[in-house]
Amino acid sequence: MQKILEIKNLTYKYDEESDVYVVNDVSFAISRGEWVSIIGRNGSGKSTTARLIDGLMAAESGEIVIDGETLTEENVWQLRQKIGMVFQNPDNQFVGSTVEDDVAFGMENQGVSRDEMVERVELALRRVNMQDFKTKEPARLSGGQKQRVAIAGIVALRPDIIILDEATSMLDPKGRLAIINVVREIKEQYGLTVISITHDLDEATLSDQIIVMKDGKIEQIARPDELFLNDNLTEIGLDVPFSSNVARELRQNGVQIPEKYYTESELADFLWQSILTK
Amino acid sequence: MDKLIIGRYIPGNSLVHRMDPRSKLLAMFAFVLIIFLANDVVGYGILTVFTFLGVALSRISISYFLKGLRPMLGLILFTVIFQMLFTTGGDVLFQIWLIKITTYSVQNAAYIFMRFVLIIFMSTLLTLTTPPLTLADGIETGLAPLKKIKVPVHEIGLMLSISLRFIPTLMDDTTMIMNAQKARGMDFGEGNLVQKVKSVIPILIPLFVSSFRRADDLAIAMESRGYQGGDGRSKYRILKWQRFDTLLLLSLVAVAAALIAWNRLK
Repeated sequence: MQKILEIKNLTYKYDEESDVYVVNDVSFAISRGEWVSIIGRNGSGKSTTARLIDGLMAAESGEIVIDGETLTEENVWQLRQKIGMVFQNPDNQFVGSTVEDDVAFGMENQGVSRDEMVERVELALRRVNMQDFKTKEPARLSGGQKQRVAIAGIVALRPDIIILDEATSMLDPKGRLAIINVVREIKEQYGLTVISITHDLDEATLSDQIIVMKDGKIEQIARPDELFLNDNLTEIGLDVPFSSNVARELRQNGVQIPEKYYTESELADFLWQSILTK
Repeated sequence: MDKLIIGRYIPGNSLVHRMDPRSKLLAMFAFVLIIFLANDVVGYGILTVFTFLGVALSRISISYFLKGLRPMLGLILFTVIFQMLFTTGGDVLFQIWLIKITTYSVQNAAYIFMRFVLIIFMSTLLTLTTPPLTLADGIETGLAPLKKIKVPVHEIGLMLSISLRFIPTLMDDTTMIMNAQKARGMDFGEGNLVQKVKSVIPILIPLFVSSFRRADDLAIAMESRGYQGGDGRSKYRILKWQRFDTLLLLSLVAVAAALIAWNRLK
């Protein structure tokens, strides 16, 4: 598959004098259309990596290749158009004074003509199911609604890559699920690549690949079913999925369950079958 | 934070709502100047009628305007009372020791009062019927000629619209910080002046710090969405000058002319 993003030996530190690297020799590649989660404890360098990819900060050394082009100071604005970022705090990234203004903001920056903007704003808001809130101000919206507007603003820009920088961490479980579903639909529809930085398990289980970071380094890159077999999940900043917990409890109580990762529905299927065959 | 009406916008679709912010802004400034032309009952009568016509056209309940008046009430009363006490001349109505209330002073105080009320009503009308961003747009295009003398017009407009957009957010922050400090045993508004001022610090500093953080986040979010400054940007909002806008400015000219004519006639 075609690589949309390649990162080679990325290194960064905030303090020039210090020896502590926030991002330390990080390399990975992401194929077009993949959903990749980056997980890790606070301070493991996840968000910094995301900002380096978008060119919001300059790496000390290393190379970032987006869609075949190496990120440099000259093409940063152009490459940034390929990437849409949704940040953590719904309030702090809401630039416009109403929903439609905020969705249009990115397009205004690109000098999109007004007629097209009106059309794209309409389309993007319908996509995230916020069309009825078009003229509302941010103060009248909930956190989840604001994040949906932020996603609409990115959908309107039609990037190739969406980076969710802990975009659901300030939402309640319901809002979180709604956002993940919206992103999933948009990803399927437009064939996007999603990079999601998260602490949320449901989000991580959805992904094709999980990158685990620890102390600025990549600890592991694995598929979710490989990763969730690990016993030391809590050490790398993740919870154990509910289904794995149930499976372990059952094993400890003498139920014969093979050592492999189950999603909730897989586990349910397995249990149904084992009852039938008993 | 329902008490604060400054900068608030009440959505609606009245004639006043649909007007161009440029004409409204211009009218507002003109109105403030015109108010100084009025110096008797007839003058203030004309302006009052004009103001209330605007209020009626906006179809916004008068209670909002009265709310807008409330924070200014102290200042208004202060000025009115001073006018009352220090204007001399006219027939003495009432006197205790050095304090003399005369017909002149009552009249002057009433005029000052009307002046305040009318200006506040008009500016409240402007902010209640104009969405903040539209207002900022209006100011930006209104200032556009100043670009020639290198005034950063786009930046001023942007700062204005962001400030307006963040007012409710920062209000919420303030309430939250105040409640958090109260929960830790902080007493606001107690004690003498020094203690009162000191008690503001535990609100002010966290508020500053959180504003810095918000500004930082916002700047990064803006940059990630391709914001490179005012050049080469297109505009989502367009301002449309309509017939009623011209009509408003003409009516203001008429009011001004009427007032000047009346002053001459007297």
